[in-house]
Amino acid sequence: MGKTDNDAQDNSDEPLAPADTPAMQRILDNPFLLLFIGVTMPTVLYLLWGVMEVASIPVAY
Amino acid sequence: MTAIEIGHIGTSGAQYQYRTCKFTGRRVERSAELLIRANAVAAVVFLAVGGLFGLLVALTRWPAVQLLPADWFYLVLTGHGANVLLFWIIFFEIALLYFASAVILGSRIATPKFAWLGFLLMIVGAVMANYAVLKGDSTVMFTSYPPMLAEHWFYLSLILFAVGALIGVIVFFATLVVAKAENTYNGSVPLVTFGAITAAIIAVFTLASGAIILVPTWLWSLGLISGIDTLMYKIVWWGMGHSSQQINVAAHISIWYAIAAMTVGAKPLSEKVSRFAFLMYILFLQLASAHHLLAEPGLSSAWKIVNTSYMMYLAVMASMIHGLTVPGAVEAAQRRNGYTRGWFEWLTKAPWGNPAFSGMFMSLVMFGFIGGITGVILGTEQLNVLMHNTIYVPGHFHGTVVAGTTLAFMAMTYIVVPLIFQRDIILPGLAKWQPYIFGLGAGGISLFMMGAGTLGVPRRHWDIAMTDAANAYEFSPAAYLMMGLNGISAIFAATGGLLFVLLIVGSVLFGRRLDVPGAKLNFPLHDDSKVVSQYGSEATFKLPGTVTLVTIFFLTFILYYFVNWKYLSEIWQFN
Ligand code: HEM
Ligand SMILES: [Cu+2]
Repeated sequence: MGKTDNDAQDNSDEPLAPADTPAMQRILDNPFLLLFIGVTMPTVLYLLWGVMEVASIPVAY
Repeated sequence: MTAIEIGHIGTSGAQYQYRTCKFTGRRVERSAELLIRANAVAAVVFLAVGGLFGLLVALTRWPAVQLLPADWFYLVLTGHGANVLLFWIIFFEIALLYFASAVILGSRIATPKFAWLGFLLMIVGAVMANYAVLKGDSTVMFTSYPPMLAEHWFYLSLILFAVGALIGVIVFFATLVVAKAENTYNGSVPLVTFGAITAAIIAVFTLASGAIILVPTWLWSLGLISGIDTLMYKIVWWGMGHSSQQINVAAHISIWYAIAAMTVGAKPLSEKVSRFAFLMYILFLQLASAHHLLAEPGLSSAWKIVNTSYMMYLAVMASMIHGLTVPGAVEAAQRRNGYTRGWFEWLTKAPWGNPAFSGMFMSLVMFGFIGGITGVILGTEQLNVLMHNTIYVPGHFHGTVVAGTTLAFMAMTYIVVPLIFQRDIILPGLAKWQPYIFGLGAGGISLFMMGAGTLGVPRRHWDIAMTDAANAYEFSPAAYLMMGLNGISAIFAATGGLLFVLLIVGSVLFGRRLDVPGAKLNFPLHDDSKVVSQYGSEATFKLPGTVTLVTIFFLTFILYYFVNWKYLSEIWQFN
């Protein structure tokens, strides 16, 4: 993650200096951070939780 | 990192071929252009095949016609789902990802060879899937629930297709990195690209879920695994099956913004608000996969409700934001263009004769009113039981994925062909009508299937008369009427679809060349079309027309929502 953050800072020659960019915009400007949260949310809440519920159904004999 | 920095050292001019588009002023790189063309052509071919299958399905479900015998019906239905929902849509989306990264950012495409490999895998997968389905051993519907077993080629074909698509998504992300490193744009990416990022993020989860479930299922079909747990399958499969629909939503909303920008010069009302709405999609939209499992006894209500209500409504809110800001942006731009009289001159004087605009606006309206509202109903745990597994469900999703996504993609194609193939649209007088014919048909099949579903007609059923069935059941005459009207609408939709395919293939092959000096477009872009690749808001909220439309939408929504609760209370027989 640290690496991607640095990349965002690299373009200091741009008109809008990163320091002036609001925090939220900086988050939205980082596609890999968004990718991380966008995959984690459904993996935890939908897939893992769902799979755990199915796995805990008692097996009939 | 190193590979990218090499590209950075000013080699781009020597190594990569660019041209400047004379209609938009964008820099277009050669490999990006060729990849977009290839993916778009493949998309249209599979739409043609899948659309034909769709017509055959609808004519079979028209009781007075019942075109195909039962085994062919289920075979063709499997082929329909796979060709349109997977192949048409995903090929087009890969083209769109390359457009939204390389073309809109004026960058070269990263690793074109790798991108071609992805394309090749997708083609092999899609052709192989059609072969497996048409051979007749894989009539499992595109959901392929075990214990139904298809031939092993079927699963392998889907895996190859998914790997190819994943490569396309990786190339998209790499192109973003290249564009940033080579400074082809300043500051934040334009909103259309941000929407494409949203789509690509959802695609990663989608394709990962697909791999997790299809690989073991493939091994099972080869006899290497003894069985697949059916409920486990459904959970993971719908991580793919539903999320892929959310790629579509993010993609077609980006297209709405793009077409609004290019045809009337619309800027987002507020970059902040629209981006926030896309962020809600990234966070919450994929959870809605759980609405396909609302009737499963093995899963708790807590899981169902958290995934389909509490969190999901934030994503629903995001859709409503886009539903407000897209027409709002059009209204604001049109007022700037001088159409300021009354509440609705901006709308009546819109370029309705341009199929890109008319297709986009109809997609917006039908996605909201037909697909959107009914989706919220179906995704509500209590209401779901009213319509679960009836033909209401295909009715709903033809509202989203046909009247919404497909129509928007068609509209975008009318822009992609002149800009990327550099050929003008042929027969403009006919092209003008195509979105209306297709839109009428698509709206019709959606509404009539939902009508029949409300009366209890099942989905995926060859014979609602239940001839020879042990337990006879008589559907009301109204249900038969609905299925007949569905068949008639299907003829309209198929006509509109065929017209689209002919116009596009004809334009690509025989359209007037646009790479000559002085060439003009049959459907001109707006003078301000460059706003599509800029960051910036309209920052006005004086939009009486849009506010009226949105109010009508909310009233319809509330009314229909309560009608369904009333309906539920009536079937509750205990008192
Ligand atoms: C000519 C246009 C089309 C017509 C007439 C049409 C008609 C139909 C009909 C009648 C069904 C069968 C419902 C049932 O028996 O359960 C169906 C299923 C389906 N359609 Fe379409 N459709 C069209 C275009 C599309 C497009 C463009 C898409 C996707 C982008 C699509 C996606 C699907 C899917 C996913 C199914 C479900 C298949 C299944 O249950 O396995 N359709 N369509
Ligand atoms: Cu869904």
